[in-house]
Amino acid sequence: MLRLIKNLNNIWNKFKNDHKSFWDELEEQMVASDISINTTGKILAEVKKHVYSENINDIEKIKALLKEQIIEILKPDGGGGLKISPAPPTVFLIVGVNGTGKTTSVAKLASMFKGKGKKVLISAADTYRSAAVEQIQHYAEKLDLDIVYHQKFSDPGAVVYDSLEKAKARGIDLVIIDTAGRMQTSYNLMEELKKIKKVIMKRIDREVDEILLVIDSTTGQNARNQAELFNNSLNLTGIILTKIDSTSRGGIVLTIKNDLSIPIKLFTDGEKLDNIHYFDPVEFTESIFS
Amino acid sequence: MFDLLTSKFENLFYKIRNKGKLSSSDLDDALREIKLALLEADVNFKVVKEFLENVKTKAIGEKILESLTPYQQVVKIVNEEIKGMLGSTSSGIVFAPKGPTIIMTVGLQGTGKTSSVIKLANFLGSKFQKKVSIVAADIYRPAAVLQLEDMAKNIAVDVYSESNSDPVSISAKGVELFKKSGSDVIIIDTAGRLHIDEKMMKEIVDIRSKVNPHQIFLVLDAMTGQEAVNIASTFNQKVECDGIILTKLDSDTRGGAALSVYYVVKKPIKFISSGERIEDFDIFYPDRIASRILGMGDILTLVEKVEKVVSEKEAKILEEKIYKNELNFEDFVGQLRSIKKMGSLDKIFSMLPIANKNKIFKKINLDDSYISRIEAIINSMTVEERRKPHIINGSRRKRIARGSGSPVSEVNKLLLQFSKTRQMMKQFSGQKGKFNLPTGNL
Repeated sequence: MLRLIKNLNNIWNKFKNDHKSFWDELEEQMVASDISINTTGKILAEVKKHVYSENINDIEKIKALLKEQIIEILKPDGGGGLKISPAPPTVFLIVGVNGTGKTTSVAKLASMFKGKGKKVLISAADTYRSAAVEQIQHYAEKLDLDIVYHQKFSDPGAVVYDSLEKAKARGIDLVIIDTAGRMQTSYNLMEELKKIKKVIMKRIDREVDEILLVIDSTTGQNARNQAELFNNSLNLTGIILTKIDSTSRGGIVLTIKNDLSIPIKLFTDGEKLDNIHYFDPVEFTESIFS
Repeated sequence: MFDLLTSKFENLFYKIRNKGKLSSSDLDDALREIKLALLEADVNFKVVKEFLENVKTKAIGEKILESLTPYQQVVKIVNEEIKGMLGSTSSGIVFAPKGPTIIMTVGLQGTGKTSSVIKLANFLGSKFQKKVSIVAADIYRPAAVLQLEDMAKNIAVDVYSESNSDPVSISAKGVELFKKSGSDVIIIDTAGRLHIDEKMMKEIVDIRSKVNPHQIFLVLDAMTGQEAVNIASTFNQKVECDGIILTKLDSDTRGGAALSVYYVVKKPIKFISSGERIEDFDIFYPDRIASRILGMGDILTLVEKVEKVVSEKEAKILEEKIYKNELNFEDFVGQLRSIKKMGSLDKIFSMLPIANKNKIFKKINLDDSYISRIEAIINSMTVEERRKPHIINGSRRKRIARGSGSPVSEVNKLLLQFSKTRQMMKQFSGQKGKFNLPTGNL
């Protein structure tokens, strides 16, 4: 879990003697949490403005100001939560670079919605990685869900097309599409995703309900590039932040939200299928300081 | 990889270069820029601090402020410090003096362990003619064993797996079996685990004490942030890693984690993995990356790649032509095909020192269908046009465009690029056809 300000009390003494070294230390801690230099600068500038205009001399108040700034950045511009279409099936497209936890997140999402009594179908559109289909099949069996898959190296667009056809025929509520991991810099593979998106839109005759980028919380500044380039290609609706059970910082989500206005919608924190939760900016921020 | 760091340092040194002499505040500016560049590149902040202190002390000690060539001096110091951070020599792999070499890979989930194991197996097989076998010790992730077996089939490597058993005994049995069957190298692929997961960390400690691997490699995602240092030091504490395999370098990551990890745990980066293909795997050369960061490009890697796909004889003929500036479209299309064999275009161009500066190359979308489009245009030229590109006038351009199904602007672009390439090639080819860096007064 992001634990950026855990030492705030320790460095507080510095504030009394030397403001500059207190701010420097705070900046360092924020950067050490993978928050970018720019975002850190922005947050601290706001906090300082208040501290000096209001003559604040109390650590709790400074903490409150920091929290306020972070929540301000993290809170979604529109409503939070996931969009469910009134005309089923609702479609979630899950994308991301290799190894961030896409397939596991798909299984967790499916489990979450099955728990709410929804009929879920998994579309195994990662036709590239060895045994990717078998991995997601394993989860589908465990959760007793419908799954659509094709042969290895077949066209992922065709898998998606097929999935949506079957979903309509079987009265499915939610289709979750697992895609192959790809580097955001790979032109061809990003084009492939655009094509998948087109296939979906054509079948459901509206925008894709959720296009979620899976980001590994141990990732550093490159996560911003990932978000930017995936967003350029697909218009993301949100982020799933994975692996926050590690000591990783995940501070980069602040920068992603601040710079690109992409909200963090979900986070995952463990190996079990129910280790997925809606992201709440206030709760998340509180946990940073606890 | 490391692109931003490279371009930041470039800009910085351009600024200083124009001044000729460095003031004390110039040095502070320079250090601040370096600090920001390194932090944005995910170099650990503690490492950055130490790095800057070293650079500053040396800069002052060597009296660069009074020097008439402060630019060269700062470059030299920064270069030396980065090399120091990355380790000075490439260490590659050490084989056991007797019997099979046992290698174990460890790391967090999703760093690319399984792919790296396959790539390493292929690398050791093709480069060192070793008989490699793999033990599948990841019993947790669904279909992990299947993934390994499926990929191993493509490179004809044996895999030992076992259901309903624990990773420690699977490893022991697998190693025993492959020892008997005469493997030169046995690689154990372990499950991904969090470094703070005591129970899972104990498992790799147990595997280690049971099978005594000769080499333990930590697989590290090059995109990892500030936490990289803690990850590497925890794994290193538990199982004493011999080195690091750095993965996903084909992304646009700045890869600063590589710098900090070496600096903090003092374990060399042994291999890098940089693409989806099995061949996208190589020994890590610290010098080359250091020179990349300083804007000199990764020309040595490129030369090696070229050597792999172009025969010596072909290269001689080509060198001759480049030197005499007689390169024509027939050679060009041949070269494009060789380039295709070397890997993706953007990767190759990123290794060139001028690639960052030359707008012409920046504008091209460097995907591989680009090569096919160029091939189509060249195929629509007559033999004479291919050999003497200068005869291609307006009406010929129109005809070529029609024939290849591309707009005239594409044809024009290609002709322009071709003449640029010719110039560039000429630059690269110094005397006796050796590659020379166009480094100016660096």
